Amino acid sequence: MTLLIGSITIGLILALLALGIFISFRIFDFPDITAEGSFTFGAAITASQIVAGMSPVLATLLAFVGGLLAGSATGLIHTRFKINPLLSGILVMTALYSVNLHVMGKSNVPLLSQSTLFTWFEQFSVSVSGKDTVVNLIGWSVPAKDLWTLLFCFLIILAFSLLLLWFFRTNIGTAMRATGDNDQMIRALGVNTKMMIIFGVALSNGMIALAGSLLAQFQGFADVQMGIGMMVWGLASVIIGEALISDNSLGLVIAGAVIGAVLFRLLVAIALRWGMNPNDLKLITAGFVFLALVLPGFMKQTKKIKLFR
Amino acid sequence: MLEISNLYKTFNAGTINEVMSLQDVNLSIEDGSFVCVLGTNGSGKSTLLNAVAGTFISDSGTILLNGKNITRWPEHKRACQIGRVFQNPFSGTAPAMSIAENLSLAAKRGKKRGLGWGLPVSVVRDLKSRVKVLNMGLEDRLDTPIGKLSGGQRQALTLLMASWLKPDLLLLDEHTAALDPKTASKVIELTERIVTDGKLTTLMVTHSMQQAVNLGDRVIMMHQGKIKYDFKGDEKRRLKVTDLLALFDELRRKDQIDNGVAELLISNYV
Repeated sequence: MTLLIGSITIGLILALLALGIFISFRIFDFPDITAEGSFTFGAAITASQIVAGMSPVLATLLAFVGGLLAGSATGLIHTRFKINPLLSGILVMTALYSVNLHVMGKSNVPLLSQSTLFTWFEQFSVSVSGKDTVVNLIGWSVPAKDLWTLLFCFLIILAFSLLLLWFFRTNIGTAMRATGDNDQMIRALGVNTKMMIIFGVALSNGMIALAGSLLAQFQGFADVQMGIGMMVWGLASVIIGEALISDNSLGLVIAGAVIGAVLFRLLVAIALRWGMNPNDLKLITAGFVFLALVLPGFMKQTKKIKLFR
Repeated sequence: MLEISNLYKTFNAGTINEVMSLQDVNLSIEDGSFVCVLGTNGSGKSTLLNAVAGTFISDSGTILLNGKNITRWPEHKRACQIGRVFQNPFSGTAPAMSIAENLSLAAKRGKKRGLGWGLPVSVVRDLKSRVKVLNMGLEDRLDTPIGKLSGGQRQALTLLMASWLKPDLLLLDEHTAALDPKTASKVIELTERIVTDGKLTTLMVTHSMQQAVNLGDRVIMMHQGKIKYDFKGDEKRRLKVTDLLALFDELRRKDQIDNGVAELLISNYV
């Protein structure tokens, strides 16, 4: 049960990643691979700054700003120099690898004795429900502090989801959605689509860096490799969310991405528990996304064939 | 008032695919004038419209709109003053977004877009009454994604969007060419109503000579990147489809003479 709660907590943290991927992939139709770099970038900034004595809140905010900058770099390279989105992302991602090593000073920064956002949550839970309190949750005994941590993560994600929902319904947010939907039309209505793309990719990577920052604090270390495969991971979450919620109203789609992220993390935890080799994880994730991308079209085709018979 | 002087545009300059789309185009359009642009394929009529809209920056020449030199302005900046409807009905609207959202985007054409709510109640009420004018029953379907509508409905909405805030100039690029005849005539009817009611300065590219004869107060005929004929006032009013056909024929025969004479010269002298 502790494992389950831990998985849901990580799932919620990675929901920020899913929301970031949702912004770049679904709203802007921009296959942004910067995510792999900016995820680690967020973790690296937070870990190194916490070790250097910065307050965890500030270090987390700084990670968000770092992600914004990484995203704007990709957006600028794409719009300003007309380089294809995928390649722009690869350039920035590759560059970030070195930047991350510089920020951390080594390939792995542990956060063992430092206070992080999560040690704060734990302290809070101890002060509320006492140390080592165990809560009986439908027959399982669960440490209260894990539940508190879960609640905090849930609140953070809820706040971000609502913020995104609000933002994409404002005038500028609507213009951003239109940029991804039909850029010719929105340019004819006086919107600078280049600025919109830069801003959107920045926002996306800001959220992804935040996910990296929170994950580093939760698991107690930042590693230069931790971003690898994160883009496909986020995409898998978004796809699961879309499959669950076959509706295109913005609120439900955002909720779907969050639920998808949690579900996907749970699926992975279960698979690992059943004895799946962790080394196969990325292979299976990639396979899963491939199937999810191919199946809908394939099913349509078979339906058509049946119709003609 | 739109004033175009000595406008040039060449695509793929210096390659075998070089196309001289606009060659020394001079045109001035008074406020409130409705101009139809006719021409053969590749005559440069759409290029002229795109040059004014800012899809590309012209090679040389100037474009003044209401006294402002917009020659080097980017497309989105020009959109503050220019409303556009495209040939492709899918180009003018965002398919995944609702009718109301599309219209609310148009209601802010060229204005600053901040963090204000995109669809305030007051705007929605305004939308309803203005969509009702289209007479397509769309006022009750404001939440429908525009992608679910037919081409004609989308084109009518695009027209409404382009003219939502009175533009200094309305550009219509063969906006009925992709529609079936019945829908096309409906959209043309709507165009006429919107342009006359708003006294909009309009530049409309069309393939239909009938439209050119029926609509507007001026007809321009382009050929090989140049304006060859320009009818206004009484001349335009007397213009008939047969006259236009004759002119097209004349242009075609002139082209043939060009080639024929070249052949003749080559066979005799080279």
